[in-house]
Amino acid sequence: MTAPAPLVRARDLHVSFVSRDATVKAVNGVDLDLDAGEVLCILGESGSGKSVTLRALMRLNPPNKAVVSGELSVAGHDMVTISDRQLSSVRGKVVSMIFQEPMTALDPVYTIGRQIGETLVRHEGIGRREAEQRALELLELVQIPSAKRRLQAYPHELSGGLRQRAMIAMAISCRPQLLLADEPTTALDATVQIQILLLLRQLQQELGMGVIFVTHDLGVAGEIADRIAVMYAGRMVEAGSTVDVMRGPLHPYAKGLLGATVHSGLRGTRLTTIPGSPPDLRHPIEGCAFAPRCPHALETCSAGVPEFRPMQAGRAVRCFRSEEIAGATTRPPSRTTPQGVLLP
Amino acid sequence: MTTTYSSGIAEDAAPPKVAENDDTYWRAVGRRLMRDKVTLFCGAILMLMAALILFAPLVAPYGPTDGSIVRRLKPIGTPGHLLGTDELGRDMLSRLLHGGRYSWFVGITPVAIAFLVGGSIGIIAGFAGGKINMAIMRVTDVFYAFPSVLLAVAVSGSLGAGIANAIMSLTIVFIPPIIRVAESVTTGVRNLDYAEAARATGAGARSIVVVHILPNVLGPIFVYATSLVGVSMIVASGLSFLGLGIKPPDPEWGLMLNTLRSAIYSQPMIATLPGICIFMTSVCFNFVSDGLRTAMDVRA
Amino acid sequence: MIAYILRRVLYIVPISLAVSLVCFMLVHIAPGDPIDAMVQPDTPKEVIDRVRAEYGLDQPLPVQFGLWLLKVVQGDFGTSLIKGRPVLPDLISASGATFVLACTGGLLGFVTGCVFGGIAGVYRDSWIDRVLLAVAVAGVSVPHYWLGMVLVIIFSVNLNMLPAMGAGPGGSAVSIFDWEHIRYLILPSITLAVIPAGIVTRTVRGLVSDIMSQDYITTLRGKGLRRHGIVGHVVRNAAPTTLAVIGLQLANLMGGSILVETVFAWPGTGMMLNTAIFQRDIPVLQATTLVLALFFVVLNLLVDLVQTSIDPRISRR
Repeated sequence: MTAPAPLVRARDLHVSFVSRDATVKAVNGVDLDLDAGEVLCILGESGSGKSVTLRALMRLNPPNKAVVSGELSVAGHDMVTISDRQLSSVRGKVVSMIFQEPMTALDPVYTIGRQIGETLVRHEGIGRREAEQRALELLELVQIPSAKRRLQAYPHELSGGLRQRAMIAMAISCRPQLLLADEPTTALDATVQIQILLLLRQLQQELGMGVIFVTHDLGVAGEIADRIAVMYAGRMVEAGSTVDVMRGPLHPYAKGLLGATVHSGLRGTRLTTIPGSPPDLRHPIEGCAFAPRCPHALETCSAGVPEFRPMQAGRAVRCFRSEEIAGATTRPPSRTTPQGVLLP
Repeated sequence: MTTTYSSGIAEDAAPPKVAENDDTYWRAVGRRLMRDKVTLFCGAILMLMAALILFAPLVAPYGPTDGSIVRRLKPIGTPGHLLGTDELGRDMLSRLLHGGRYSWFVGITPVAIAFLVGGSIGIIAGFAGGKINMAIMRVTDVFYAFPSVLLAVAVSGSLGAGIANAIMSLTIVFIPPIIRVAESVTTGVRNLDYAEAARATGAGARSIVVVHILPNVLGPIFVYATSLVGVSMIVASGLSFLGLGIKPPDPEWGLMLNTLRSAIYSQPMIATLPGICIFMTSVCFNFVSDGLRTAMDVRA
Repeated sequence: MIAYILRRVLYIVPISLAVSLVCFMLVHIAPGDPIDAMVQPDTPKEVIDRVRAEYGLDQPLPVQFGLWLLKVVQGDFGTSLIKGRPVLPDLISASGATFVLACTGGLLGFVTGCVFGGIAGVYRDSWIDRVLLAVAVAGVSVPHYWLGMVLVIIFSVNLNMLPAMGAGPGGSAVSIFDWEHIRYLILPSITLAVIPAGIVTRTVRGLVSDIMSQDYITTLRGKGLRRHGIVGHVVRNAAPTTLAVIGLQLANLMGGSILVETVFAWPGTGMMLNTAIFQRDIPVLQATTLVLALFFVVLNLLVDLVQTSIDPRISRR
């Protein structure tokens, strides 16, 4: 007997969006492993390819525009060659997703109960009535108060937090092995964010799901993840356990992200920003994609794409100079934001 | 290195220059139009038709009312009568060319007048807001309570036949919808941030209208007006078809269609010719209007 | 919600009054003294004065309007100058014929429009979308009275399959639905269907392609719903707006069928209007216009109410 296959295994995953005007290479060779019951957080700013990667895991990118290549298996299903028919029975049953904006991700003219029940009817072969009953239990599981009444509610009648809870109830309704969460707390108020995170963590532990969580918020990542992977310009630039990455990021971009985050452990230090903006993925990038924004970049950094090199203790980094930089403890000499000065 | 950076800062720093933005906007519109082959093709056909009917007296082989009973209903391709003759022996080609002048005139004029009148009223309503807006829009609602063809027929039926009456009734039909579009576009632009900003900096109402609102409002209203030309052509010829509008013996496509109905058994091809002309004009105007709408990026 | 319905229903009163005013004015925008149209040219002066008083034409305009309105409310829509009898009975039977024609034509147009628009919307920017869109543009550009003639030439004159004119035996298509009558309905219905088919195609295409790009469609795919399951959601989301457009088109067909009725000699309100215009029978013109416009107003109200009630985003706010 070989060791059980990982829940998710991706090798050299590429996703590009082809239109008449341009081809956008959104994901350029991502390797990814996730064990059952593990929580991985993919960090990155908008346009880094993190959401596209997540959607690629269940082939949710627009089918007529997105071109996927590489190896990808989820719970034993080969997601690159899978037939549409099989795909539809994997989605929602084996793997399901929570979206960023529950207002637009829920159908406005169907009741919450109906939308949750629909998934159950589809995958568990039960009737509408029974599905309704199960939906009620699910709403109670995600701690929606007066669940019975909320079953008959339409999305616009619920608050943002309740909508996201309903969305979660829908996603976990068939006890998936893998839950994908695309910035599920970004659109919510700060207090509600914490509640949703706590709920997700609790559900993850109760149901033993593998979770991949996409966010640009390091705080969120620290709250919930076992491991963190940082993405930039469609590639992984750093990966490691949450504690390791948060304590000592190896990649200058990861360092920059940490520096730009309000972090309780770093009280008193100045907030920094990463100057510039991510590269335009319509054009080919030569060399390290982060080099134009990197405070440590040398001319050699633009010569070739750095490899994703494994480091000690299950860590990996994509930087030519990570060892040299790691020696220097000083923060990158970036611009200081005015807000940073005002912090205690 | 082909990495591009956000130009956000530069855009924020520069004060909005309407004229300059317009220039690049119109250039982009032009570029999109040049790529749109359907629109170009239809536009070319319309130009050709316009030229032919404009110079009808020079192009047409016969006068529009010349004919002899002896030569009636000759088939298409008869020597001397390329498109045959009608029920009174008049040359079809000549009558179609001359008839186009009336059809185009009665079809386009109402929309043009409605564009000027309805557009002005709508912009005033949108910019004034409040009670004035309310009053104007409620009156508009009344005319919206009539199906458009019915209103045109009823008004011109009461007024009696004649070109002027047909144009007047069609104008009455098209003013309310143009008012509605103009009002909603103006209200939309008025509430945009930069109009607010202009007001905050103390620009007077007049300069706000002229500098900020007009350029942004006229485009969508114009596009909407062009989309009405196709309908207008059909209804205008329809009025003549009913015996309202142009009076015989003057040729007009709708009227010709009506008088040729007696010929559908003997010369069906000839009987349908005027209708093909109306159809072609209307289709081309609609395609051009759609193309303009897409090129100018106007949301319906 | 209830307040909205109430307000919407009450709004019908001022609109109907205003519509009546416009119809009333039709007589007065007609050139010349309205009385000239009612009597023979050589009528003696006393008779003219008597008629004038009878019709209240010697009163100031607002009073005339009031008197006229009072009669209309009591069901007196005036008297035909030509036939010399009340307009109403003729108007009712004509409305029935027009209603039948508008409904069949409308149904045909709406079904075609929904199917074409749905397909074009789902396959947006593909070749099939471009073809269907071109067909739709052609549909709204067709002079339907010409299309009617073409259909007559093909199916009546050449193929001798369908009748060219009328409404069948008895001259009425209102109550009898056998093949003998339906035959007469086919060509006018097709002719009438073309424009609404084009308009509905464009509307539905826009709606569907908009809905298909919404986030919740991605959610549905993520839930593992198959194509037919997703179609259900699209239909439900597109329904309120589509129904509103369809309702409006149906109302337009009722009032706008004059050209088609003229081509096919269909004994409906359009024919009545046409005859009235030719004979300068202004009371008939006035009454017909009023009835059709009021029908339009009521149908608009119904459309609004139906749309409000089936769209939870509006009804449950």
